[in-house]
Amino acid sequence: MDKIPILKVGKCLLVTIHIDMHDRLAMALQDDLTNAIVSTRAKGVLIDVSALEIVDSFIGRMLSNIASASRVLDAVTIVVGMRPHVAITLVELGVQLSGIQTARNVDKGLETINRLIEQSESTDADGDD
Amino acid sequence: MLTETIETVPIRSSEDIVRVRQKVRFHADAMGMSLIDQTKIITAASEIARNTFEYGGGGELLLEILRDGARRGLRVTFSDEGPGIADIEQAMSDHFTTGGGLGLGLGGAKRLVNEFDIKSQPGEGTRISLIRWK
Repeated sequence: MDKIPILKVGKCLLVTIHIDMHDRLAMALQDDLTNAIVSTRAKGVLIDVSALEIVDSFIGRMLSNIASASRVLDAVTIVVGMRPHVAITLVELGVQLSGIQTARNVDKGLETINRLIEQSESTDADGDD
Repeated sequence: MLTETIETVPIRSSEDIVRVRQKVRFHADAMGMSLIDQTKIITAASEIARNTFEYGGGGELLLEILRDGARRGLRVTFSDEGPGIADIEQAMSDHFTTGGGLGLGLGGAKRLVNEFDIKSQPGEGTRISLIRWK
């Protein structure tokens, strides 16, 4: 079976969805990524969807689930690179992607994620004082 | 109105839902549909194909090109011989689901196309047609 690779970059997990995923593959990615957050102690997850030509309600739900699970596991998720025609179609379909942070591209996404990680670490440090 | 049948695609697995997306994309692109129109009908087809697979127990997609004067459109028709839908109005409403989904499938798909037709009877399967005009 195909697998979507998960790369560790600094404190972040980087996932590029490069193929049109069937549903079981999307579910496998959701599980793999959740496990990887715990095993690598990642503080952030960056999902690049710029290669996706469509996002339907199933993939939309997968993205929401990943964001929710990572939040519970003390990591932030950012979805980057969604194409405009994909975004407008998702909205008309009725998928909200609530609770998901987004950025225009990988560079901006990494910037945001690193800032969020720093913020949460400085809050943790304050709490220890 | 002239109707030209292009092909049928079986829907028996979750991989077949991906094939449905690819076939719809190929024909929508071949008839010169804009990227946004292509994306809408592919996404709508993906939602209905999943229903056909998950709730209908599998079925078939029929792809047709329609000609109505100068106007051309793509019609995708999904049919299954599953349990059928007892209350179509309820099934069309957002957030109604008997499965684990978001319940946006039917109502959401309808919003993405120009014409939407559903025929279903309990015990007699379901047939859903979507048309996107170019």
